[in-house]
Amino acid sequence: MTQQKMKRDPGANTSAQDTVAVQLLRKHRNDVPVSGWRLLAKRLGPVGLISLGIIALVVLMAILAPVIAPYDPYEGSVTARHEAWSLAHLMGTDQSGRDILSRIIWGARTSLIGPTIVILVTAFLATTLALTAVWFGGRVDALISRMLDILFAFPNMLLAILAVAIFGPSLLTASIALAIGFTPYSARVIRSVALRERNLPYVASAQLQGISGFVITVRHILPNVRTQILTGMTINFGYAMIELAALSFLGLGVQPPTPDWGLMVSNGQASLQQGYWEQSIFAGLAIVITVAAFGYVGEQLGGRRASGRTR
Amino acid sequence: MSTTAIIEVEHLKRTFHLGRKASVAALDDVSCELREGTCLAVVGESGSGKSTLARVIVGLESADSGTVRIAGHDVRPTTARRRLRERAALVQMVFQDPQGSLNRSLPVSATIDEMLRAHRPDLDKRGRRARVLELFAEVGLTERHADAKPAALSGGQKQRVAIARALAAEPKIIVLDEAVSALDVSVQAQVLDLLKRLRAEHGLSYLFITHDLSVVRDIADDVVVMRTGRIIERGTVHEVLDDPQQPYTRLLIASAPRPGWKPQRGLRDALMGADA
Repeated sequence: MTQQKMKRDPGANTSAQDTVAVQLLRKHRNDVPVSGWRLLAKRLGPVGLISLGIIALVVLMAILAPVIAPYDPYEGSVTARHEAWSLAHLMGTDQSGRDILSRIIWGARTSLIGPTIVILVTAFLATTLALTAVWFGGRVDALISRMLDILFAFPNMLLAILAVAIFGPSLLTASIALAIGFTPYSARVIRSVALRERNLPYVASAQLQGISGFVITVRHILPNVRTQILTGMTINFGYAMIELAALSFLGLGVQPPTPDWGLMVSNGQASLQQGYWEQSIFAGLAIVITVAAFGYVGEQLGGRRASGRTR
Repeated sequence: MSTTAIIEVEHLKRTFHLGRKASVAALDDVSCELREGTCLAVVGESGSGKSTLARVIVGLESADSGTVRIAGHDVRPTTARRRLRERAALVQMVFQDPQGSLNRSLPVSATIDEMLRAHRPDLDKRGRRARVLELFAEVGLTERHADAKPAALSGGQKQRVAIARALAAEPKIIVLDEAVSALDVSVQAQVLDLLKRLRAEHGLSYLFITHDLSVVRDIADDVVVMRTGRIIERGTVHEVLDDPQQPYTRLLIASAPRPGWKPQRGLRDALMGADA
């Protein structure tokens, strides 16, 4: 404890009102509690801020799709097939004469909903398993850890393809299957952090008062591993997006004619060989830029370790 | 000063198995008692078993054999929440690490509030808040400190909060496991003064685990010296510190830093030889 810290007036610290975002950022001891936005800017850096802007733009695009899309994403015209980009169709039209820009704008919806399902389900499963393992320890911990080890050995894609083969192709099936595949990575990180908390005296003290394990876990341990859960979610979002796009590309995720970026890359494939590059390239770019933005923000916030991925 | 024992520890044994063959006896036939209203210091070097003794008494650790009687009742290792709570109403613990003692995500008042919810079901929300502030005042902290998170408090203030948390259960005994060891000397003196005052006001008994003999002289009435899981010397502070019988105790006293202290390497070797 530094001298300076001891002198600090406890009333002046507003940590009680801090948002989660600020707490996430105040990882370094030297971070003075200034406004959340300045801390955010400092942690993210210029590239991070641009990435955050891109994420905001994509989210806005998804929300405002009906307002900003110039055309109906489903309605095409046989006479307007494979038009090059022009003022009327900024990104041209696809093989069915549908406006590509409109489909990309609408596609932001499915492209965001899928990963959102994945990270929510992953966070729920991983946190539950990790905290259960940590609280009971011993055999329960060993059992859960071995279960996760087995899941580790399964490639995510294989798991997803298996699920789709059984339950039929849909965004929901693919998302849940991917979430199960992601769970061991996140659970491993959360478990290790929670284990450290479990051994701190504040947990022992609560335990001595006869407070139930569930209450201690939720009230005491969970808030202290929240940072790792949230950064893990940010990074997983990017990974989930790319794997869902791959599944849609393979025809195992979103089904046509729903506009979806992964599906558009796949649909544009045939046209690509005929020289009509617009659909695949623009949809591919949308995926790459969004995934990179999420990845960069996640890395800046919590580092690669938070997602449990080392590759 | 009463002479009835509030904690009686008899023939306590606890062995930790480190591997297939390696094991260490943290407690090897330990018997001692804490008289009501007094402070018993347990001293010894790291690994002498003094913390294990504290953890067995509060119920964080179980013993292999032997008995612990608190206020006349046998206490047995338990995971039953009702039994734990009953014991906690008698014995509370203050830990060494002020940092880890408090949940860093909660304002410190919430930590105390949780204690009151467990031990004082008669209080409503308002009553608990009033009691929290009362407890903070008792340990020399204000309302401002109550709503701060641990990160905004100094080590000494955190330890005061930990003491307030212990007091919230209105216990008869507080086990202090190296409770002032992590604090610097001036803060240490303040916390010790606080502990002495609280003992007088609430008729508390302390089991004081420490390796610091100057602290022992300041607060304790009786001392037991532990080494490799055994009690090798016991008596009043005066008897043990001023006229130690065991070479090991003399070594401990000689190695305690004080003004004018110089390292005495020869002494340790001589004493270890004499001991063997």
